[in-house]
Amino acid sequence: MKSLRKYIDKKKPLFQKGGKFEKLGSTFGAFETFLFTPNHTSKSGTHIHDTIDLKRTMIVVVIALIPAMLFGCWNIGYQNGLAFGIERTLLGHFFFGFLKMLPLIIVSYVVGLGIEFISAQMRGHEVNEGFLVTGLLIPLIVPVNIPLWMLAIAVAFAVVFGKEIFGGTGYNIMNVALIARAFLFFSYPSQMSGDFVWISNLNTQAAIDGFSGATPLAVLAQGATNLPSLSDMFFGFIPGSIGETSKFAILIGAAILIFTGIASWKIMLSAVIGVLAIGGLCNAFAVNTYMEIPAYYHLLMGGFAFGAVFMATDPVTAPHTEKGKWIYGFLIGAFVILIRVFNPAYPEGMMLAILLLNVWSPLIDYFVVQSHIKKREKRFVIKKNA
Amino acid sequence: MSKTIKIKKGLDIKLKGIAELTNGGEVTSSRYGIEPANFLGLIPKLCVKPDEYVKVGTPLFYDKNQPEVQITSPVSGKVVAINRGDRRRILDVEIESDNKFESEQFPIGELGSINRDSIKEVLLSSGLWPYLIQRPFGTIAKPSDTPRDIFISGFDSAPLAPSYDFSLANDLKSFQKGIDVLAKLTDGKVYLGVRSGSKLAEVKNAEVNVFDGPHPAGNVGIQIHHLKPINKGDKVWTINPQAVVFIGRLFSTGKLDFSKMICLSGSEVKAPMYYKTVVGAKVSAIVTGKTVAEGKERIIAGNVLTGTKADADNYLNFYSNQITVIPEGDDYEFIGWAMPRFNKFSVSHAYFSWLMPGKAYRADANLNGEERAFVMTGQYEKVLPMDILPVHLIKSVIANDIDKMEQLGIYEVIEEDLALCEYVCTSKIEVQSILRKGINLIMKELG
Repeated sequence: MKSLRKYIDKKKPLFQKGGKFEKLGSTFGAFETFLFTPNHTSKSGTHIHDTIDLKRTMIVVVIALIPAMLFGCWNIGYQNGLAFGIERTLLGHFFFGFLKMLPLIIVSYVVGLGIEFISAQMRGHEVNEGFLVTGLLIPLIVPVNIPLWMLAIAVAFAVVFGKEIFGGTGYNIMNVALIARAFLFFSYPSQMSGDFVWISNLNTQAAIDGFSGATPLAVLAQGATNLPSLSDMFFGFIPGSIGETSKFAILIGAAILIFTGIASWKIMLSAVIGVLAIGGLCNAFAVNTYMEIPAYYHLLMGGFAFGAVFMATDPVTAPHTEKGKWIYGFLIGAFVILIRVFNPAYPEGMMLAILLLNVWSPLIDYFVVQSHIKKREKRFVIKKNA
Repeated sequence: MSKTIKIKKGLDIKLKGIAELTNGGEVTSSRYGIEPANFLGLIPKLCVKPDEYVKVGTPLFYDKNQPEVQITSPVSGKVVAINRGDRRRILDVEIESDNKFESEQFPIGELGSINRDSIKEVLLSSGLWPYLIQRPFGTIAKPSDTPRDIFISGFDSAPLAPSYDFSLANDLKSFQKGIDVLAKLTDGKVYLGVRSGSKLAEVKNAEVNVFDGPHPAGNVGIQIHHLKPINKGDKVWTINPQAVVFIGRLFSTGKLDFSKMICLSGSEVKAPMYYKTVVGAKVSAIVTGKTVAEGKERIIAGNVLTGTKADADNYLNFYSNQITVIPEGDDYEFIGWAMPRFNKFSVSHAYFSWLMPGKAYRADANLNGEERAFVMTGQYEKVLPMDILPVHLIKSVIANDIDKMEQLGIYEVIEEDLALCEYVCTSKIEVQSILRKGINLIMKELG
């Protein structure tokens, strides 16, 4: 490693101010800090620092996403097999899916990181690590049949208008991955909904008799009751966006995130409480199939679990106060049910619920901070009168 | 009405090199010095010239803004140099000790009969006044003020910090005397925060409260917050127990005695323990030969969270009772972000060091990452046992929003209280220096 370090030190002046490749300084810095944790030592304040940094934080989230991604690959193959009556081994299903998945991941990272590098360079900043997670999230929340050019446009739109115009990672208002999905959803609805987009090749070929390809939420929206079994929905043997189907794989990710302390368990828990509370209310006053299904079914259907674990907990777009996180999570859960049950045009409520609450989270924070200030002022007044 | 206050939030960072509770003997230094930079906001005006003879307690310089506040010599001997840096800023006043420690005589009188003003006068002229620190802002107390209360934390909970129970064991009488003197300075009470079982708790004339829990339970700011929080317009004073002993000695004999125990600790110290020395001793006299000297070392006057970086040529910080030596750590680590890092501590469980909960670490001064915008949330709150929203407070400072700073409680905190926030920060934000900027802005606005 020493020779590599020496090589980098030799080339470094070229990329620094006044160097030949000054314009590529941020890019060089990104690769340098990727290879070697920098030798910066503390100049002011505390002399020692916690070992955690943003790179490690993002890598942990990526690791937490891997179970969902691996299962997603397998499920692409499995669903394709079901639809066309093709028999494959476990690995066969996996590799079929993996080959479908890989181009999505590559397009997402190449387009997104490309824009990140360019905008960091334009601002003269370091390249931020935020897209490491976003770049993997986006392929996991789209249907498998999405055309690559659409994905590329969505990623570009989301990174530029969702993040860079606000100032980059840490300054964005809405979750970048969800902006990409919302962009696709509203711009190309036919590629993002219906019964044919979720299963590989179902959009171009006819399935065997009796196979529908509808997601559980779509089944419900059509008023039918032939839902997949609870265990199928939990383990993920159902059609859906690539990463969202297996609640089991998502729970493994959630366990990693909570144990490492990277994501807020408060948001996850309060979102579940929100779903159960409002879902329970719907059950109590049920007038149609949608209102009748037990509230806990909602936890297993659609993108709720994936969204609650990986998207709602995005620390930048969630409230920054601890009390705010409880309110935010609960409202996400509540809105998921409201959108799913009372607005059947959008069977998937999670994306819209999170985006809406992203916009509200500064407002939630405002009220939490304001009540904190009032409490402090009260203390002051009590003391003055005493 | 002593009570036990349980502090739940906070963090004890376990480091290697805790000082053993033994006295390593006396450390003498031929030269002593006082550095004006130790005194926050003080603009020094000299009272001495080179070659002048000074006694213990002879004024060396005073504050331009408050001429009554003066800094005196900790030893007797000859002023050998006044060293200046850029733009003729005074770096230090250097004194060659004659090893006699002859003190000026101060008129103390009988404690029962002297009034507040004459106590103040003695403290001011002896140079012990600068040990009185005012809250809010953490600056030297104003002689014209009468504080609401005086707070003393009888223990230091910072990593590798000295134990006052050990270092003041022979000075308990002086400590009591010092408390008696301080009690005369306020219309309120003198509060002393201790760990349970502390010998200092036997003191009279002060309200003793027991604090239980991790660092920063020993920070006086945290103790004030839990006992009698500071609101706008309040002024309280705080003082370190070592300085209480100095005051006690002065009011017992009329003479100054700046000798104290200093704790030499840290992973790079061969045998961490306590040494007896005098305020202003040369750092090299204490440190040289006692470190392992493997690679670059960082000498810190104070603890790893709030101390200042010192060189061997520097003098012992006026306020600190501790010197810590840790590795500098200015080297690169190959794909550090991907490594398991068993040997590096993190509050998060993102590295595998969580497998060894009781382990003590050899932490270095590396930032362990680059500075970033605020991304993670909820980290600061876990290590700040105060009813304060630290991230919003810091953001209000960054935005120069004085109203918000006041509303969010900037009067209750100084750097040391938020030091752990800076330690745990994923984005490596310099919380302490940002906070000081905010405090300075408010002081300027209030005039």
